Amino acid sequence: MLSGGDILIRSLQEEGVEIIFGYPGGAVLHIYDALFRQNQIKHILVRHEQAATHMADGYARATGRAGVVFVTSGPGSTNAITGIATAYMDSIPMVVVSGQAQTHLIGTDSFQETDMVGISRPIVKHSFLLKSAEEIAEVIKKAFYIATSGRQGPVVVDIPKDITSPTELFPFEYPESISMRSYSPATKGHSGQIKKATAMLLEAERPMIYTGGGVVQGNGSEELIKLTRTLGYPITNTLMGLGGYPGTDKQFLGMLGMHGTFEANNAMHHCDLLLAVGARFDDRVTNTISKFCPYAKIIHVDIDPASISKNVVAHIPIVGPVDVVLKEMNRFAEEGITKRTDRQARLLSEWWDQIDGWRRQDCLRVTTDEGSKVIKPQQVIQAVYKATAGDAYVTSDVGQHQMFAALYYPFTEPRKWINSGGLGTMGFGLPAAMGVQVAFPDETVVCITGDGSIQMNIQELSTCAQYDLPVKIINVNNRALGMVKQWQDMQYEGRHSHTYMDSLPDFVKLVEAYGHVGFAVDNIDELDAVLAETFSLTDKLVFVDVNVDPDEHVYPMFVAPNGSMRDMWLKKGVRT
Amino acid sequence: MRRIISVLMENEAGALSRVVGLFAQRNYNIETLTVAPTEDKTLSRLTLTTTATDQQIEQITKQLNKLIEVVKLVDLTDGDHLERELMLIKLKATGAQRAEIKRTADIFRAQVVDVTQGAYTIQLTGTSDKLDAFLRAIQESTVLEMVRSGVSGLSRGEKVLSSKS
Repeated sequence: MLSGGDILIRSLQEEGVEIIFGYPGGAVLHIYDALFRQNQIKHILVRHEQAATHMADGYARATGRAGVVFVTSGPGSTNAITGIATAYMDSIPMVVVSGQAQTHLIGTDSFQETDMVGISRPIVKHSFLLKSAEEIAEVIKKAFYIATSGRQGPVVVDIPKDITSPTELFPFEYPESISMRSYSPATKGHSGQIKKATAMLLEAERPMIYTGGGVVQGNGSEELIKLTRTLGYPITNTLMGLGGYPGTDKQFLGMLGMHGTFEANNAMHHCDLLLAVGARFDDRVTNTISKFCPYAKIIHVDIDPASISKNVVAHIPIVGPVDVVLKEMNRFAEEGITKRTDRQARLLSEWWDQIDGWRRQDCLRVTTDEGSKVIKPQQVIQAVYKATAGDAYVTSDVGQHQMFAALYYPFTEPRKWINSGGLGTMGFGLPAAMGVQVAFPDETVVCITGDGSIQMNIQELSTCAQYDLPVKIINVNNRALGMVKQWQDMQYEGRHSHTYMDSLPDFVKLVEAYGHVGFAVDNIDELDAVLAETFSLTDKLVFVDVNVDPDEHVYPMFVAPNGSMRDMWLKKGVRT
Repeated sequence: MRRIISVLMENEAGALSRVVGLFAQRNYNIETLTVAPTEDKTLSRLTLTTTATDQQIEQITKQLNKLIEVVKLVDLTDGDHLERELMLIKLKATGAQRAEIKRTADIFRAQVVDVTQGAYTIQLTGTSDKLDAFLRAIQESTVLEMVRSGVSGLSRGEKVLSSKS
């Protein structure tokens, strides 16, 4: 016989949970006591609940397992909201256990009471408000099943304090499996559709493959690489999909979208067949929807039926797990490719010639002033790439530095690039890096951030000190909210309304105050040496404050409104 | 186009708010809404009407299906169906008006379910169009109070919405 609090912890143990990110408080005292009386699950005490959710998120993205968060009722729960919304937008598996006021006090405006299920409703895959301790084991089983299956996402389990009380004991049995009549995600795609789609792929004259976060989260990378190489077709990844296909491969055209490469966006615009896998035709990808891929037939593979034909109508929809669908597609493709005619081979080679023409634009070339020692933000990412041999886990915050990281650090494996793509949450980078570091203590974890974003969760430097998390923070410091400022330059005649960061702290002194190592660099000639030292300090958190050119813009950039994907700004004042 | 969507869902606290929340969140509209438990007490049947294009309705039904508590749903307007709505309406009825109202009620096969010296309460069942027609037929100034149940409906013939099939 166990108390509700003990049942919860035992259930999490049974579920194989290794680590919980959280912050205690009144409503979760019984739960924290149960946590204290065991040593199987570790707990990371954060400094702000938002950071706990981002850590769990980073952990989940890097490992593929659900991240777990404990927060108390009221402000503990509301602080977690931004992190839950971040995970929801990017379909990241997460289970958030929130404390709630005692059952008899719910609805009375009691101390630290808030309607967590209500507040979180639009940003969770599902949520539960528990009514009795007997429910706990089954609900936890369901929560993990829902969070990690189908299109993944965060699940909230709201537990009134009285249910976890040590004074009442209940039998404990953890269910081995769970089935729900109202929830059964697809386990395979429709074979007829897959066969038809593959035939269409093989007949295409100007094919293009476009894949997103679904390939990363759905472990479809291996099959995708196989398919892309079998066919010999060009491929692009979304911001969320980077690493799903090796970024250094010759068939890879770089990221697409608002800040995508000239070649990827042009190939999208001109293709006659588009294979979309685990991507959702986001507005940051399509530009003006009516001008999107005007010549293309579209095959769309996704685990979520609601993603298909939501923004762009698919000619061949395939609902199913991307790895399973791609595997079946590979079978058909390997057989079909042997029948490729000379004419088809010639057309494909002509298509590649056209793409190579776009590549010669060299849209990511970094221009520097002769003899200037000023560091360009793009050079920071290139230098980090070199210093880490392209093999680090890289998290980012949100803004220009995020786009530079996505464009200038080619990822060769899935799950190594971790950023808030859907919600665009500033303050995500540092805690996400911490979550990755907790999962992989011996790996190099880099957080690319900016002077605006880092200050949104900088208190977690204290958590890093407590748990010896040696993340490497690269602050691409332009003394401004660079992305907003760029838009103000381009669309508001340079009126920089509240985008200067006056009174920035001395970041080096600040990180030293937390017990970490800080370096500052503002000369391009010193950058490589500083980074070499940074990455040699493997057991220390190192914060590198890099002063960069404050006036740099991210290019290419879509021309909007009313532009198509091939309409881009290529540098200041120069457009297609 | 007007649609009638019928949803079979778990009869649990919070399920209704998820459906209603979904409509608000995704900027769809709900014109009428009815919900009550079915013969199986663990299930509720919710019927709503909305006006949407074909593409919107595809999204609405897909998004509803994604809700964990939704077991099954059908767009009744896709096929032959029965729809009924109940209206209770209290009308000022004095002097010559009393006979006039009674006559109109008879034409619509409505029933007078409550009578006082100054008012009739009339019950009318039918499609929403029929209820609208009745409202047009009576003098607006005589209406004291009214309530409509929202639409309920079933497919015609053998077709059923069930958790088992």
